[in-house]
Parts: sequence; structure tokens; C-alpha cells
Amino acid sequence: MSEARTVYFDNNATTAVAPEVFEAMTPFLTTLYGNPSSIHTFGGQVMAHIDTARERLAALLGAQPSELVFTSCGTESDNAALRSALYTNPQRDKLVISVVEHPAILNVALDLERQGYRVERIPVDANGRLDMEKAQEFIDDRTAIVSVMWANNETGNIQPVKELADLAHKHGALFHTDAVQAVGKVPMDLSEGWVDFLSLSGHKLHAPKGVGALYVRRGVRFHPFVLGGHQETGRRAGTENVASVVGLGMAAELASKNIERENSQVRALRDRLENGIVANVPKTRINGDVEHRLPNTTNISFEYIEGESILMLLDQHGICASSGSACTTGSLEPSHVLRAMSLPYTAAHGAIRFSLSRYNTQNEVDFVLEKLPPIIERLREISPYWGSRQKQ
Amino acid sequence: MWDYTDKVKDHFLNPRNVGEIEDADAVAEVGNLTCGDALKLYLKLDADGKIADAKFKTFGCASAIASSSALTELIKGKTLDEASKVTNQDIVALLGSLPEEKMHCSVMGMEAMQAAIADYKKRHGLATDAVEEDDTHEGRIVCKCFNVTDAKIRKVALANNLHTVAQITDYTKAGGACGRCLDEIQTILDDLWREQSTAAPAAAPAPTAPDTAAYDALSPVRKIFLLNDIITREIRPLLERDGGGIELVDLDGDTAIVRLQGHCGHCVCASATLKNLVEKKLRELVSLKITVKEA
Repeated sequence: MSEARTVYFDNNATTAVAPEVFEAMTPFLTTLYGNPSSIHTFGGQVMAHIDTARERLAALLGAQPSELVFTSCGTESDNAALRSALYTNPQRDKLVISVVEHPAILNVALDLERQGYRVERIPVDANGRLDMEKAQEFIDDRTAIVSVMWANNETGNIQPVKELADLAHKHGALFHTDAVQAVGKVPMDLSEGWVDFLSLSGHKLHAPKGVGALYVRRGVRFHPFVLGGHQETGRRAGTENVASVVGLGMAAELASKNIERENSQVRALRDRLENGIVANVPKTRINGDVEHRLPNTTNISFEYIEGESILMLLDQHGICASSGSACTTGSLEPSHVLRAMSLPYTAAHGAIRFSLSRYNTQNEVDFVLEKLPPIIERLREISPYWGSRQKQ
Repeated sequence: MWDYTDKVKDHFLNPRNVGEIEDADAVAEVGNLTCGDALKLYLKLDADGKIADAKFKTFGCASAIASSSALTELIKGKTLDEASKVTNQDIVALLGSLPEEKMHCSVMGMEAMQAAIADYKKRHGLATDAVEEDDTHEGRIVCKCFNVTDAKIRKVALANNLHTVAQITDYTKAGGACGRCLDEIQTILDDLWREQSTAAPAAAPAPTAPDTAAYDALSPVRKIFLLNDIITREIRPLLERDGGGIELVDLDGDTAIVRLQGHCGHCVCASATLKNLVEKKLRELVSLKITVKEA
């Protein structure tokens, strides 16, 4: 029944490790296993490769290599940034975040709130755009840090991060952005100096899982999140994940080369998919702010049916996507992002996210366009709401 | 990814009896769009009163569709009386198993069957049994997000031997959204299983009814003395075990106004303590009419 091929349209969840990345990593998992902190040549030589990786990542971001701290993942970077900002600004007791942040920010903020810090959450409109009036109201002289994601993982919405950073700085607050979904897809130049902290994750840009980085702008005081040894110039303890760091460096170099392609080729594929679906399936809606969106992401609601059923049937054809529907996660409510956007329940339960990468092809897009409409039709045939809607 | 059995997958991918019956003898719809799943069930009976045909339409996840399909397979050929005995466990058994978080899908199947029987009886002017009444209209709504009543929570808990709040959420969805009713669900479960454990042995002594009339005859001052006495002797020692305390502040008609102290004063379970312990004890020992409020 199921076909052998896999069509991977879930690149906001994780990405394939690029072959070049894998190749660059292999020596550090086999022969070059030394500890970069060792005094002997065998170990010490490894440090040069970490330095190269740091330079490559810095080049992608427009940062100085010394401004980058390698971590274990985006979540760790988020934790480190928020806690450091509060630790180094004890006279300020407030955080401002948005309602559509990733749990890596939401739950850290919740924990800090329980400890007595004040947290304000900027709401969004029906398109997922931040309410900037509220942002202005929330950000004040008590604010230690403003943390808003560069791009949303579910809708791909790109947020007005520069404006928020300016607001934060006007009040002497720090600005952090979870750019896990944006790095490698959105051109950025951190040398402009308006970002204080930026989190990124390797496995979203074709490096392996288990490695990330935190950008800490030069001049920003930093208190480490993981304490221990002197690694990462005392900013992140723990023996370096050498192979993965090298992999991240290579992935960054590839991303620098491919960022144009992301915005032309991948965008064209995404648009072909989205337009094809909208043209061939009635009662769909594109969620989010289509004008300000990652080039690889589309979030589409299929009204009157439920997301998990759609994913299960797509899975029969080897098509991988994800859903903001409640039933896919075991939670009983649709995702906090779709709810924050006040999406009607008819649409929220049937929201599917397709997220592409440069490894996807037009052939794959056309395969999905062939398989998807009958799946939607089949589930609507089963749905009690579809029939009654048609009769109305 | 859910760990669905092959049977679940089969009933999802090849659902049996999808559709509508135009001249159905009974139709029922349970669930709704907001909740994320809904099932519409149609029944056609033959001359012998057996279910000749059953069809369904379902909005929901794979397990909701599979549970609906399984239900129709289970009830075909049965009389309404026989079909009324189909439980959510029967649906789960036919499907092999369901993930715990998806048990509410099987409960939805059972409810649809019961609602269909109620519909049939209503159409034919027959009296309905309590069990067939639509749960959402029976009892008091506990979970406002998913419209789940205390009656349904008790019924599902008893039928499936559920003892934790998390299980109730898995089976009924109650408490699965905002979470404000979690304390109350715990209270319902505590009461239910306490009743069960005391009700089970036939020899268990029936709780002695207080002499409400005698209490009513007392002057307000004597009522306060009596309540204060009961609180001091019977209730405060229980709270003190947990580092708490209680004092009677006032009496307004039959409402005793009390103040919780120590740990109880700022405990998240304070309202549960008031209802389950203080009020219960006073009703047991003083008057059935007593209610308790926090000062």
C-alpha cells in the first residue's frame, strides 16, 4: 500500500543532514577524536576546526566569531539568553515576549514568572502579526529583555524584530530573538548591532541534531547557563560536541551559498504547492501573514476535517507534513499559535504545515498535488459537517 | 506518531458503514466542531427490531473515525436493547487497543449509540432510561471548555475504573484545555470512590442522618456554639495534621462563614477542603442544609 518514496515537507521540524556536512563531520567521529582542550597535538589540533566552524557561522550571520557560543540546541540558547539578561540586570524584573513564541521561550518565561518576575505577552492579530501598540505599552524601563522570534515555526510569519529591538533599546532593555527558523532562510547582518542575543539550531539548517549556538553581541554582559569547565571562553561549559560543531560550521557555509536559492527556488516550489492546493481543493485558507513569510513554509487549513487524519493519509504515500491540530500531539486543543490568531475552530483543527527545503523538487510538489486533493475529498465525505455545509 | 494497532489503521483507512440513511429510524449527533471531534450516527431497524443498517459520519482524528467504524460493526444485527449495552471497552476491544490519550474517541462512540436509542424512543413516545439521556444535559457542567458534566465523569470513571484526573481527561477530554476544573474533577473522583468503597460492602453502616429539625429549632447563638464545638472537636484536628487550621467567623442563615488558617489559608486545594471536608462534616453532624463559605 505505502510507496517506498519519502516526500519530506516537514523541514521546520528538522532537516536532512547535508551530505557535505556529514562528510565534514566523519573524521571527528572516527580518527580525530581528541579533546580540543588537551595539551597534546593530537587533541589540540581539533580546536582549529572548531575555530573554522565559528568563522563560517559568523560569516552567515554577519557576526564576529567571538560573539558566538556553541550550545546543545536552540532551546538551550533561549534558556541561556533569557536567564543571563535577568541575572545581569537585577534592577529590572520584567520580560516581554509574544504569545506565539516556541515553548522554549514560553515555558522559560512561565518558570520565571513563578519565581516572581513579571512577564508580558504581546498578542497577535488574525494574521499572526504582533500588536505593536501593545508592544509599546509593555516595554518599559523595568524591562530586562524583550524576546520575540524572528520567524514563526508554524506559520512562517516573519516578525518586525528590528522595530521591537529599537523599542527595547529605547528603554535600555536587551533584545533577544529566537531565529531558529530564520537562520539560513532570511538574510541577516548582525554587525548592524541591533540584536543583543540570537538563538539558532543546527538541525533546522541541515546540520545534525544536538548542536546550536547563541549569538551574544560584543559588549553585552553574559552569565553562563551551563557552568563547569572553561570551554567557549567560559560562556558554555562542557566538552565541545566537536563533530556536530564542525557540521554546523559546514551547514552555515552551505547556507551562505544557498540563501539566494532558498528565496528563489524554494519559494517557487512552495508557491507552486500552495497555489496548486488552493486551486484544486475548495474551502482552504492560508494561515498567517502571506506578505511577511519564510520562503519555505505554508500553513493551510482544510475546513471541516481534522489534521491528524490528513497526515495519516498523506503518510500512506510517504508524504511528511505536520499539523497544528490537537489530536496530533495528544493535547486536546489546537496549537497555541493558531489559537492566538483566533483561527475559527473549523479551520484550526484542519491546519496542515508544509515546510520545504532546497532538497525538495518540483516532481515532489506535483506528487503531493496529485495525492492531496483526493485525501481531502475522502475525509470530507466522512465528515458530518461537509454534507450539511453543502446543503445550506 | 501514535502507536495505532493494525485494526485501528484498518478501520481508519477502510472505514465500514460511512454515510447517511435517509429514512433512518434513529439519528444522533455527539461532539462538535469546537471540541475537534463529532460523530453522527444513523440507524435503520428491521421488522424484528434489530439494527438492519447503521451508518456514520465523523469529524475527527484517525482513532475517532476508527471508533465510529467499529461501533457500527458492533451494533449491526443487534436489538436496541442489546446495542444499548455496547460499551466503550467493546469498541476498544474490537480495535485491539487505543492510545490512552485517545480513549475519548471510544467513549464518543458509546455515547452516540445511547443518544440514538434515546432518539428512537423519543420518536416512538417511549420512556427513556437515564443511561440513554444525553450526558451533556444531565448533571452540572464541570469542564466548560469541552462541556463535560459531573454525571458523565462519574459514569465514565465507574465504567472504566478510572482513578486519576489524567485518566478522566483521556477518556472524556474534561480538564484538557484551560485546566481550571482539574481540582473539581479530583473532588468528584474522591467522592465517587469513597462512596464506592463504603457502598460496596453491604454491611457498611449507613451514615446516620443528623437531626436537622432539632438544629433548626436552636437559637442563632446556640447554633454558633454548636458549630464552633463541632469545628473544634471534629474538623480542626484534621486540618492541623497538615499544618492548617480553621475558625468560625460568622453564621448567616445556614451558611457557616469560616476562615482557613496556616497552610490551608493559601493552599490551592482550599476550596476543595471547604466543600469536601468542612461542609461534609457539618452536614453529617449538624444539618443537611449547612453550606460553608470562606470569609
